[in-house]
Amino acid sequence: MIGIINGEVYDPQNGINGQVRDIWIEDGKTVSGESVDRAGAEIIDASGLVVMPGGVDIHSHIVGAKVNAGRKFRPEDHRDHVRSRTAVTRSGSGYTVPSTFLTGYGYAEMGYTTVMEAATAPLVARHTHEELEDTPMLDKGAFITMGNNHFIMKCIRDGQREKARHYVAWLLGATKGYAIKIVNPGGVENWKWGQNVGELDDEVIGFGVTPRQIITTLAWINDELGLPHLPHIHGINLGQSGNARTTVETIEALEGRRAHFCHLQFLSYGGEPGKRVRSGAAELARAVNEHPNITVDVGQVIFGEATTMTSDGPLQYRLHRLTGNKWLNDDVEGETGGGVVPIQYKRSNPINAVQWLIGLELFLLIDDPWRVFLTTDHPNAGPFFCYPQVIKLLMDRDYRAEMLQGINRRARRSALLAELDREYSLYEIAIVTRAGTARSLGLQNKGHLGVGADADVTIYSKLDDKEAMFAKPHMVLKDGQIVVRDGRIVREHQGRTLYVAPPYDPGIEADLRTHFEECYTISFDNYPVAPEYLSRSEVIPCA
Amino acid sequence: MRVENVVCPFCGCLCDDIVAEVEDNRITAVKEVCSSGRSFFLNARTEATRPTVDGKEVEWPEGIDAAARILTDSACPLIYGLSSTASEAQRKAVALADVLGASIDTTSSVCHGPTTIGIQNQGEPTCTLGEIKHRADLVVFWGCNPAEAHMRHFARYSVSARGKLTPQGRRDRTVVVVDVRPTASSRKADFFLQVRPGSDYEVLTALRALLKDETLEVTEVGGVSVAQLADLLERMKGCRFGVIFFGMGVTQTGGKHLNIAELLALVAELNAYTRFTAMAMRGHGNVAGADCVLTWQTGYPFAVNFARGYPQYNPGEFTAVDMLGHQEADAALIIASDPIAHFPRRAADQLRRIPTIVLDPEVNLTTQEAQVVLPTAIYGVSAAGTAYRMDNVPLPLKKVVDSPQPTDEQVLDWIIERVKT
Repeated sequence: MIGIINGEVYDPQNGINGQVRDIWIEDGKTVSGESVDRAGAEIIDASGLVVMPGGVDIHSHIVGAKVNAGRKFRPEDHRDHVRSRTAVTRSGSGYTVPSTFLTGYGYAEMGYTTVMEAATAPLVARHTHEELEDTPMLDKGAFITMGNNHFIMKCIRDGQREKARHYVAWLLGATKGYAIKIVNPGGVENWKWGQNVGELDDEVIGFGVTPRQIITTLAWINDELGLPHLPHIHGINLGQSGNARTTVETIEALEGRRAHFCHLQFLSYGGEPGKRVRSGAAELARAVNEHPNITVDVGQVIFGEATTMTSDGPLQYRLHRLTGNKWLNDDVEGETGGGVVPIQYKRSNPINAVQWLIGLELFLLIDDPWRVFLTTDHPNAGPFFCYPQVIKLLMDRDYRAEMLQGINRRARRSALLAELDREYSLYEIAIVTRAGTARSLGLQNKGHLGVGADADVTIYSKLDDKEAMFAKPHMVLKDGQIVVRDGRIVREHQGRTLYVAPPYDPGIEADLRTHFEECYTISFDNYPVAPEYLSRSEVIPCA
Repeated sequence: MRVENVVCPFCGCLCDDIVAEVEDNRITAVKEVCSSGRSFFLNARTEATRPTVDGKEVEWPEGIDAAARILTDSACPLIYGLSSTASEAQRKAVALADVLGASIDTTSSVCHGPTTIGIQNQGEPTCTLGEIKHRADLVVFWGCNPAEAHMRHFARYSVSARGKLTPQGRRDRTVVVVDVRPTASSRKADFFLQVRPGSDYEVLTALRALLKDETLEVTEVGGVSVAQLADLLERMKGCRFGVIFFGMGVTQTGGKHLNIAELLALVAELNAYTRFTAMAMRGHGNVAGADCVLTWQTGYPFAVNFARGYPQYNPGEFTAVDMLGHQEADAALIIASDPIAHFPRRAADQLRRIPTIVLDPEVNLTTQEAQVVLPTAIYGVSAAGTAYRMDNVPLPLKKVVDSPQPTDEQVLDWIIERVKT
């Protein structure tokens, strides 16, 4: 039994906005204060401290084939960023692409206790789970890329939505995945022909289906299966001038169906295709405000080193050609693709400065904090451990103005940001970093401190400098155990892997066997990830 | 009993369609398998074997104690091998290296280590083998001989495999072999370019120059006529989906990683014309997994040292041949490998001089010289585990028969426990 008493609690899910409350914990869960036997309890005095649920990251590239390829080909990223082993922790290295143990420790030391890996190709999901096992401190899950999947595209072509639905259910269970991920639907398949898609109604070569059909079918399937999260969409034309138009069209194409749009910053560019990037934040914020079926995360640019890595093969090639930086590409048979390119975001660079502005403008122009979340699309727009800097930018208008003075002059001159006075409150920060993300993910036991929640709690010192405050929590509890004190790990903890297992018609397995014989180089029986790969896991129920 | 879809862990192809017949806990027959795989499965040792210390049989706790003592007494221990064990054991091996402050290196350092360095310089346009099966109409084998080293590669993935865009298999592909001498593979090719030994870098550079429309003021490069090179380049630019598979003929000859960087640069540049990819022909069954595991746990794929408490990477310094050759390593733990049979004399001699522990299912030259031998079960035959194919696709290795031996993972766990106390 642990009691965290007299803390200033921010628990937006339960409407608690800075009131002093006591939090009671037993067997890894929060319990009601009325029923507890306080005599034997370990008391943590949180007087004058801020108490929040543990952070929940809705989109971050932390493990798996693509991340590991990024680690492997960037020794220059790791050399000066190391961590020594201690009595309780493993050593590791890496800045934008840290090793697995460092990732777990880094998140926990920042007060985060749940992180979702944003993109896993189904064929290599086993690799993702092996790395998740070596990512301590966190509960975690993996989104499964489906936007260029041959079986799904064949079903759409043949008008067999039901079969696609059963397949998606089977695939999520087989890969121990958490959500449907869509990346540049159709564009990644076309990249295997050296091409891409540019419009929602462009054709996917060899299938005769369109990005619009892929997105709407998967959004329908998501609803039919009652998956806890929404279909998680990285749309077409990411990173290209003028993509604000196709992003708004994609939101409209859903016709009211629920969806999450990730790293919206990269998809909110005005201007003409091929010409100078302008901010399309106002246009996108309007669309998000008008569509209550949509949640988004921002993908805020952090000036400095980053490593771009997506399943969007043609995008990564374009970045390679644009920057001249080294390029990894990995096409995955019948499913998806991907690439990795290191990048640097510079204040003085007009494009990077506009990207930085767009992220902040989205944060400040989208009205409902329950539908816009803090991410840096780690490590695409910047490393996750820079979240405290973003929090300070959101909470501190003066700091924002000061940063604004330092960016490229031409970008600054036209910046809408200069006119935006809004400052986030601690309550709103608690929404965009845990309560809102947990709700969008459908994690009912996370992102809040009500009775029955997982006892993942972060206690912060109350500081004026919000970056310092959020960078180094006073204490972090995971599953009711103190794992971080004064910003350092004091105990290693193995978190759970969260996944879904929606029911499906086993009758489709015969079709799948044929599909595997025709399309894959591994057998159907060797494809699913066995439960033994997950040492601690939890099936999150479907509706 | 018949066991289907068995993954053969012998080479980097990880063929996963093997059928094994089992009687009385012995594999009596295997189907759909190449001759290397057949001999691997049929000769797999399943009888009980006890550990030895200084040549004498001991019980397991005694063997573990002896191993732990050697490692904790060492100022500069080396852990080496890992390419023929499962990723579960590889993860424990890195954990042990971290606890000990040891060096850890894999057989990559004497085969495709230069490939990694080339990739770190240049990047790597690649794909999974299924993309090649279904799309590739131009397949180049450079400095490798799959007809003898990866015997089912042609049939399953690259040459005669029938795919969606290659329904006629071999007839839908142009196959090119580049090597220093005719091989079993070159005899299957449409074109064979015989390069002078040690001149792969020049030939690759000439191709890149031609791609940039430079005029070469010579008639031949590295023993190949410029006309032949120009013809190859036109085929590369004009294909639908091309691939260069490359092997130790380019990684371990003069230039090493520079050859690979040049090859990968050429492949990247060809993507301005068509889709082109490259893939290393990885040898041992789970050498790709060793790269993966070391990378996710430390940040680096081989040649890692933990002496300072955190991982440092330096091929040429922390690579096993160098740690031994410079007489720095003063104790060694060898996992699933036979370095005394394969290392240069100086390194092998040092390995004979220092206390050495070996985890291996089989007897080999290194086990014969080792102080402590810990005979383990065989992943893919008598133990389940995970291995990564040459294209980094992970596959589940099956336990086909029972074994009284513990796995590498279990033994490493015991050693870690012992070392910590």
